[in-house]
Amino acid sequence: MEKAEAASPLGRFCAEFSESRVAVAALAVVVLVIGLAVLAPLFAPQDPYDIGKLVLGDARRPPGFVGAGGYVHWLGTDAQGRDLLSAILYGLRISVQIGVAAGAIAFAVGATLGATAAFMGGRVEILIMRFIDLQLSFPAILLALVLSAILGQGKGQLIAALVAAQYAYFARTAHGAASAERAKDYVVAALSTPMPASRVVFRHILPNCLPPLIVVATVQIANSIALEATLSFLGLGLPVTHPSLGMLIANGFQYMLSGRYWISIYPGVALIVLILAINLVGDQIRDQLNPRLKR
Amino acid sequence: MSEPFIAVDAVSKRFDPRVSLGDQIAGALGGAVERRYVRAVDGVSLEVAPGEVLGLVGESGCGKSTLGRMIAGILPPTSGAVRVAGKPVMSPGRHPRKQTTRVQMVFQDPYASLDPRMRVGDIVAEGPLVHRLVTKADARAYVANWLTMVGLDAGAAQRYPHQFSGGQRQRIAVARALAMRPDALVCDEPVASLDVSIQAQVLNLFLRLRRELGLTMLFISHHLGVVRHVSDRVAIMYLGRIVEIGGANAIYSNPLHPYTKALLASVPQLQLEDGSDVAFAPIQGELPSPLSPPPGCHFHLRCPFAEARCRVDIPDLRPAGDGRWAACHLFEKIAKTV
Repeated sequence: MEKAEAASPLGRFCAEFSESRVAVAALAVVVLVIGLAVLAPLFAPQDPYDIGKLVLGDARRPPGFVGAGGYVHWLGTDAQGRDLLSAILYGLRISVQIGVAAGAIAFAVGATLGATAAFMGGRVEILIMRFIDLQLSFPAILLALVLSAILGQGKGQLIAALVAAQYAYFARTAHGAASAERAKDYVVAALSTPMPASRVVFRHILPNCLPPLIVVATVQIANSIALEATLSFLGLGLPVTHPSLGMLIANGFQYMLSGRYWISIYPGVALIVLILAINLVGDQIRDQLNPRLKR
Repeated sequence: MSEPFIAVDAVSKRFDPRVSLGDQIAGALGGAVERRYVRAVDGVSLEVAPGEVLGLVGESGCGKSTLGRMIAGILPPTSGAVRVAGKPVMSPGRHPRKQTTRVQMVFQDPYASLDPRMRVGDIVAEGPLVHRLVTKADARAYVANWLTMVGLDAGAAQRYPHQFSGGQRQRIAVARALAMRPDALVCDEPVASLDVSIQAQVLNLFLRLRRELGLTMLFISHHLGVVRHVSDRVAIMYLGRIVEIGGANAIYSNPLHPYTKALLASVPQLQLEDGSDVAFAPIQGELPSPLSPPPGCHFHLRCPFAEARCRVDIPDLRPAGDGRWAACHLFEKIAKTV
């Protein structure tokens, strides 16, 4: 009885997760990066959004240069004279914000749609799922490109474009899992009590569909960060005054061949590390939730 | 008999197989598309008096679970009506919903019928909270009361279903059903998936609850011994129809319908009371496919007594005295010859 707490599904899950060293390290990286991003104003040597503080004479300096501010630019400066370390920290902040917000909204919308379709069945199911199939046949990047071109620049518009491009993956997964749960006796039991349909969907079916959805969520958050970077790299997405990682890479791209590699490379490394770490965490969660891979 | 608590009136349930898109198009273009459907329950009528336990027996696939689910308000009947305490169980219309809490159901497999992500206390309290049978403040004591009633520790409320054995899980499922304060329980093979040693305990639980709470019960099982143990009356089902119904002791000691006879004779018994060995006689043949049931009496293909008219006329349930009914053209004749 004293192990009652550890025996909860979540408790067992965490115990198993901590057995994989790679996953724990990846999780630590994710937490560290997100922590740095959230607390960027505390760590960053410079506020990269304060145009008044930027000194053009310090532009495109290599890593280790001591600029007019009197501090070391550990990762060099970009074409506007921004300290790259500060710009990367602030850029991560935007990327994580947008990635998580878009992922969370797409999760909520997609899971609700998919589970509702599976629960209702009949024409409603056919209508919802065929539309989602249709949308899945386009690459997400194409849809996001078109949408952000139509909606224009800004955080809200960018998140909307990302959600529209990604909710379908959640819906697909939720529909598959919910169709299996729908037929189980505990759902029939709840319906025969009787309980309202919305309660059955949200309290019984969806919680039992969470495992595959969480896997999709980790992958999709990483994807929306990458997608946001891609859009910003292409010049859609966010305004230049608030550079995200993608825009920093784009800004430095033209100097790559002139030897000033650091403007593009360091934001790129930060992006890769973040996405890789999230994916490693996601892989471990997927392995743990897949009963066929149980050792 | 007093006013029935559960009244099933000429209820049928038809399952239409999904028509493929190709067949749909062919049908729309005037092509001949064979539409075959399963008549899982075919014009069944029965009544259960308040406080009575009716056992429902039949082979797998005979429609007994479907009938139970229609009585419990899970499946809407294709035709006919199920009434509980005088009111229809399900609302009319294209999307019928259950509109009573007075009948609750206990399922066969307690490993599937409990939500694995909810604590036992929440499982038991959910229905009563939704239907305002209890306030949030009193829910804990309410749940503890029902858990004790089914023979579980009140501390079970804090744990998850996977921490319990099959028998304990079935007790939780019973507590969940009873917490809705129903007058009737539909029990669909409630002990079939339990170990034999546990079965007796759970059966005794049902008997005690029935005594203490005055429950009306429909007890569905394929196990003749289990049904005899708990039932006042027994109904025998074959391929969607009730073939015999009557007092439990009368049916077991003197079956009228050939199918009931065959069913009782097929129970493996090793010894009679006087010590002589008894061979059991399995029923000949297999249950015909409900997709294409035989005409006339559904049992005539396997019936040793079948005559010409059994292949043509569907026998109705006819009274046989002592409140017994049998759906066989020949039961008087058979009774004389045997």
